[in-house]
Amino acid sequence: MAFKAMTSKEVTKKVFNKEKLFILDVRNETDFEDWKIEGENFQYLNIPYFELLDGVEEIMDKIPSDQEILVVCAKEGSSLMVAEMLSDAGLDVSYLEGGMKAWSEHLEPVKVGNLTDGGELYQFVRIGKGCLSYMVVSNGEAALIDATRMTDIYLEFAESIRATITHVFDTHLHADHISGGRMIAEKTNATYWLPPKDATEVTFDYEPLEGGNDVTIGETKIHIHSLYSPGHTIGSTSFVVDEKYLLSGDILFIDSIGRPDLAGLAEDWVGDLRESLYKRYRELSEELIVLPAHFMIIDELNEDGSVAEKLGTLFEKNHGLNIEDENEFRKLVTENLPPQPNAYQEIRETNMGKINPDTEKQREMEIGPNRCAVR
Amino acid sequence: MEANKVLDAKGLACPMPIVKTKKAMNDLESGQVLEIHATDKGAKNDLAAWAKSGGHELVKHEEEDTILKFWIKKG
Repeated sequence: MAFKAMTSKEVTKKVFNKEKLFILDVRNETDFEDWKIEGENFQYLNIPYFELLDGVEEIMDKIPSDQEILVVCAKEGSSLMVAEMLSDAGLDVSYLEGGMKAWSEHLEPVKVGNLTDGGELYQFVRIGKGCLSYMVVSNGEAALIDATRMTDIYLEFAESIRATITHVFDTHLHADHISGGRMIAEKTNATYWLPPKDATEVTFDYEPLEGGNDVTIGETKIHIHSLYSPGHTIGSTSFVVDEKYLLSGDILFIDSIGRPDLAGLAEDWVGDLRESLYKRYRELSEELIVLPAHFMIIDELNEDGSVAEKLGTLFEKNHGLNIEDENEFRKLVTENLPPQPNAYQEIRETNMGKINPDTEKQREMEIGPNRCAVR
Repeated sequence: MEANKVLDAKGLACPMPIVKTKKAMNDLESGQVLEIHATDKGAKNDLAAWAKSGGHELVKHEEEDTILKFWIKKG
């Protein structure tokens, strides 16, 4: 029987469409437990490739013959080997092209909606890692928010819709992934905005992003109001785009809220986080559609693959927005926090421009799921 | 540490470091030590897990610049 490559894009479609897929993950157990391809109707079997060197006979009865099968490993090599063995044993299988490395880097652009006067808003879903970035387009101009280090994808996308990137924003200094913001700004001569309170140690020039800034994208009046909403980091800023969308950064997610400990100051920032979520956000229109910088679990994806929900709905349903007692809130966001993201200190230093790791090292630093939230 | 055999797996990508390690181990007697040099970062967790599941002992591991060194005692 045959075996073939399946791309991250094809797997993403299966996640969005809630299709079935049997994943044979041949990485070691620790890596699999830590981070895997998530899909609502995906089934899993984890057998490390090094236990299959003598053959796949022993696992043949554990693999269904009536389902699509995808073999997954870290970088492709081992999944290719196992896929070939399974195919020799009579199964039709695929292997993940580029492995989890490619999965971690795949970005799927999803159109979130139209803006006044013909503009458009796109969400780039980094499906493997749960990072979300945004492109606001109007009249041939584009703004990017929270761009990842896969800069070519945004540049090519902007070109494909004939838009010039003029402004690049980071809502905060990221700790879970390496920002592509500065590099994109350099390549396109766009203005790079960063909250100054998060940027005290950065080694490059930037435009200070402060509450009350208004930026117009294109000739049509699309304003990006920045809203100072500290708590995840001291400088964290949210945007209201076109009076319709609230880009909440890492402050508020669909089913969770931001964690205040990644810059080492959980206790100090609890009060800010509470004020941002329980006062500043309360003053906004409940009709705003919240577009966060992350999703945590695959259930947060809408039918079309986007991650978006009305602010009013989040006030009703998001547990983190419904804790009356301040002490209870303090406990939630400072105690029993999930493990910190892989290499988060090095990632912060990279985003400050203090260290300049090569691409291979950057990949390695970003391995694993994002862990920016508390639930 | 004294090794009975040295395996150069530098520059090889997964799964080759382990494929070669497994072959080299076949030539050793129980209690003898294989020293492995690799550059694939993934080798670290995988060799440890492989050794454990095969009843071998990962006695020591070191990192020198970009080279990962392992000493595995055959079980």
